[in-house]
Amino acid sequence: MSPTPSPPTTSACGTCALNNAANLRRLGVDPSGHDLVVALAGNPNTGKSTVFNALTGLRQHVGNWAGKTVDRAEGGFEYHERRYKLVDLPGTYSLLSTSEDEDIARDFLVFGRPDVTTVVVDATRLERDLNLVLQILQITTRVVVAVNLVDEARRHGITVDFRHLSRELGVPAVGMAARRGTGIEDLLDAVERVALSPTSFGGRRLIHRNRRLERAVSHLAERVARHVPGVTNPRWVALRLLEGDATLERAVAEGRLRELVADPAELRSETVPEEPDA
Amino acid sequence: MNTTLDRLSPGETATVTALDVEGPQRRRLMDLGILPGTRIRAERSSPLGDPTAYLVRGSLLVLRRNHAGRIHVDRHQG
Repeated sequence: MSPTPSPPTTSACGTCALNNAANLRRLGVDPSGHDLVVALAGNPNTGKSTVFNALTGLRQHVGNWAGKTVDRAEGGFEYHERRYKLVDLPGTYSLLSTSEDEDIARDFLVFGRPDVTTVVVDATRLERDLNLVLQILQITTRVVVAVNLVDEARRHGITVDFRHLSRELGVPAVGMAARRGTGIEDLLDAVERVALSPTSFGGRRLIHRNRRLERAVSHLAERVARHVPGVTNPRWVALRLLEGDATLERAVAEGRLRELVADPAELRSETVPEEPDA
Repeated sequence: MNTTLDRLSPGETATVTALDVEGPQRRRLMDLGILPGTRIRAERSSPLGDPTAYLVRGSLLVLRRNHAGRIHVDRHQG
């Protein structure tokens, strides 16, 4: 019952054509002149930074502890002659929580409006990690789910049915072992497909099995949109209000909602001191 | 048998029945996968008995006793 030994890797593997996505050009820290913005989100410790490095060619920030990526890192890559800016966000369990490092991820996903959001999930902890995927699908359907660490999952006897997962979620789901560079091409194809689709992808906006809750969210979101024209993500605002977010409630009562979402820094936990200007 | 999570001994499993927590902490527990219906196993306690590590949906979570005490569970027999 010994696990299949992995083939020995040498430094040549990193530059081997077979191991690399043939159409990928890594642009390192130079995301200038990009056409599209791709966000990398995911629970802590799912391998976001490894995926980031595989796509940009950078060698930064990989480490195995919580809160490692404290601020967002940016890099660039080119695929099929289109330039992408890739934004690596700190790990987060939720778009609705109020902890400091998760706020950075949330602000970017909710208000930064990336062209594509890639959610990296751990194949060995899929059940838990899908929570964030479902939350992100509530605010955008321009999503690709990158199921990372499939090699490790296989060692634990777990295989993932990607076609089924894609169908259930309504967005592409691809398998990866980013550490070995496996699945990069599939990811790039899926990102490109979502980025270039003129309309929103199929995605499951209607996640709530509870009809009354869904009605309440839609109703409130409509009112928010009417009340504050041009507000980004009225649905997210509605969800937050229904959860009893005091900061948002105050902003609505005082007619400051538009200012608040234009400058979401104010949404950060009250205990966090103001950051000095960079 | 109904009890609270902090009363499980290492190795015992239970199903969550209710969260007696409000606000951001309730949200947090739910985001970490603790909801009514979730199966939890007490894994091990730190030397002083607090905090305790629990296995939830394939990952290990560490909770303080004052949080665990507000998670109502149905302890599995046997």
